[in-house]
Amino acid sequence: MALKKDFVKFDKVDKSYDGKVLVVKDLQLDIEEGEFVTMLGPSGSGKTTCLMMLAGFETPTNGEIYLDGKAISSIPPHKRGIGMVFQNYALFPHMTVYENLAFPLRVRKIPKDEADKKIDKALSMVSLQGFASRMPGQLSGGQQQRVAVARSLVFDPQLVLMDEPLGALDKNLRESMQYEIKHIHENIGVTVVYVTHDQSEALTMSNRIAVFNDGKVQQLSSPDELYEKPVNSFVAEFIGENNTFVGEVSDISGGKCKVKIANTDILANPISVKGKGEKTKISLRPERALINPSDQMDNIHSGKIEEVIYHGDHTRVRINLLGNNQFILKVPNSSANLDIKLGKDIKIGWNSEDARALDPS
Amino acid sequence: MSSETKQILTTDGIPLEVSLKKAEKKNKIKAFLLVAPLLFFLIITYVFPIGDMLFRSVDDKMVTQMLPKTFKAMENWDGQELPDEEVFAAFHEDFIKLVEDKREGKLSTQLNYTKNGFKSIIKKLRRASKKFEEGNYKEQIMSVHKRWADVEYWRAIQRRAPEFTSQKYLKGMDMYVNEEGKIVSVEEDRRIHRVLWLRTLEIAFFVTVFCFLMAYPIAHLLATLPMKYSNLLMICVLLPFWTSLLVRTASWMILLQQQGIVNDFFVGIGLVADDNRPEMMYNKTGSYVAMTQILLPFMVLPLYSVMKTISPSLMRAGKSLGGTPFVAFWKVYFPLTIPGIGAGCLLVFILAIGYYITPALVGGASGTLISNQIAFHMKSTLDWSFASAMGLMLLSGVLVIYWLYNKLVGIDNIKLG
Repeated sequence: MALKKDFVKFDKVDKSYDGKVLVVKDLQLDIEEGEFVTMLGPSGSGKTTCLMMLAGFETPTNGEIYLDGKAISSIPPHKRGIGMVFQNYALFPHMTVYENLAFPLRVRKIPKDEADKKIDKALSMVSLQGFASRMPGQLSGGQQQRVAVARSLVFDPQLVLMDEPLGALDKNLRESMQYEIKHIHENIGVTVVYVTHDQSEALTMSNRIAVFNDGKVQQLSSPDELYEKPVNSFVAEFIGENNTFVGEVSDISGGKCKVKIANTDILANPISVKGKGEKTKISLRPERALINPSDQMDNIHSGKIEEVIYHGDHTRVRINLLGNNQFILKVPNSSANLDIKLGKDIKIGWNSEDARALDPS
Repeated sequence: MSSETKQILTTDGIPLEVSLKKAEKKNKIKAFLLVAPLLFFLIITYVFPIGDMLFRSVDDKMVTQMLPKTFKAMENWDGQELPDEEVFAAFHEDFIKLVEDKREGKLSTQLNYTKNGFKSIIKKLRRASKKFEEGNYKEQIMSVHKRWADVEYWRAIQRRAPEFTSQKYLKGMDMYVNEEGKIVSVEEDRRIHRVLWLRTLEIAFFVTVFCFLMAYPIAHLLATLPMKYSNLLMICVLLPFWTSLLVRTASWMILLQQQGIVNDFFVGIGLVADDNRPEMMYNKTGSYVAMTQILLPFMVLPLYSVMKTISPSLMRAGKSLGGTPFVAFWKVYFPLTIPGIGAGCLLVFILAIGYYITPALVGGASGTLISNQIAFHMKSTLDWSFASAMGLMLLSGVLVIYWLYNKLVGIDNIKLG
């Protein structure tokens, strides 16, 4: 069976709460069947609103959402058959774990023995067998989260929405839950739409990530592409660490451009600049710049070390380079790099295709 | 085991337990001094009056002390025939003393509670006793009035001998101890208290139900509306709290009377004929309407405080899992509000069961409660011991309800805010 390319489709969706400000602007988004798509963005970027519209708790002001080819704007939430995991778990505190999981099955009038089988299966999926008779209050945060995940999957929905489900967990638990949710997704092949503001979570778990800002999807692509090839400076700065130079294009030819920064020209990869004289912001990942570079690199400049921060496996070095004193380098801690000292001048080099000349904003 | 039995010492060699006690003693004294004013206040205004009420309601020393010699002499009397001369002589001696102290009137009132007909014969005895001669008091007293020769009246006196009595409680339930010493009900047409108790329970129950039905949606709105609207609504709910109870009751009188605003409105829209205006006051309807309105905030506030803590995502979860809005409400939201319902109902019911001013003003004859009867005995008949007995019966009724609630729902399940 071929998987549908547009299993979930946002078609020109606008959303406004007060009739003055658009929270979501002209959203166009297709989600493939079985895909794990993350909506990532700062708070207030409209990602949760999109999720709520998909779940049916908000209605689009304009446009239509399609689920499996059907327009769903007029279908109430309880008829959409979409599983949902909420930010604060939203387990029913007066019901046992078993009753929580039985709730969606009972309202669907599934016979008890069949329901029991489904509940057992769902609980073993999140490795919580034997917890069926506990109350949610007797569980730890991580266990409650697993119950919430199990509950959202127990009635075999086609689509599961997760609204920052790991936000309340501590760092270690969050990381292990990320893998757990990812594995569950891989095992049962359900379509997942996940909302988070934590980029490492998004990068770890997703097939594709939609970066939201200002009510718009800035970029929708796979995690590696998002990190390596951001299409605008918002994405470049929002995802991962980033060194930026603001300058003006002085020449553009042969797939490269010269950008004038602090009276020095550097070579960059023109992504969103077209011609001479345009303002641009160059984005360069810290790990793409090297100290003591080999001669093949087409950008080699010299800067002064301003700060050295030890991070165990690597050292972060802040350098004043071409008038930017926030230039960060990540240097692996090996014996070859022992001469990094505060105040020293060093040479730094990078390839021009890693320096992406993006929009100036 | 060894770690349990071994005494731990501090560095100066004092046992740890002793040092700890010493260190905490100061804090304990401070804490006690902080609560001491409230403690004394409660003892003076609460424990002491209730104790006094309890004492008053069973206290029957007055007659015992007025006729000490009589009761002493009656100890040998079997109560079958008229008592012998010894008892009459003792009674005469006690009576002369009472007349000297001008207390024979009190005696007549007290004895009259036990049996009707004592008032006049004691008056006659007082007049006659001035001319009594020494000796043979039995003949002399019996000649004052034929009732003094009736053994029933002497038995009535004997029944007042014990220092404590339960007769006030029996009277509160329309029962009494008859001549044979058995507890029996009073004749049907003289039973007033049972009707009042039942009516009190009935009105309190329905007022609680009405309050619940009205408060639940309001509390839900309060808990879910955006702040600026919910504040306004909250003020509307609390407004009655800031108005005097009398003013509120009086305004209900203006609204509900036969020529009042509500009736005018009904006539105006043609619901009732002008000459057939319904009586909405001075009966149960008046009590229901006014008490429900006045007690409403006591239901709204506990409900609101519980609903405020219920995350809206729970209802959403219920719906997203496939429950219709009603199922989500009934299976998820409603069970979570039970602590608030319990608190609100208990509060309203207990307040309603002892409500006084409102039923007194708008209740009329068929809308008054047991508390009005208590007040009547406090102020008009001055039978304080009976009022105390009924007050305590009311109190124990409330305690029984509280106990039942604890058995059924669990008192730790209650949430007032």
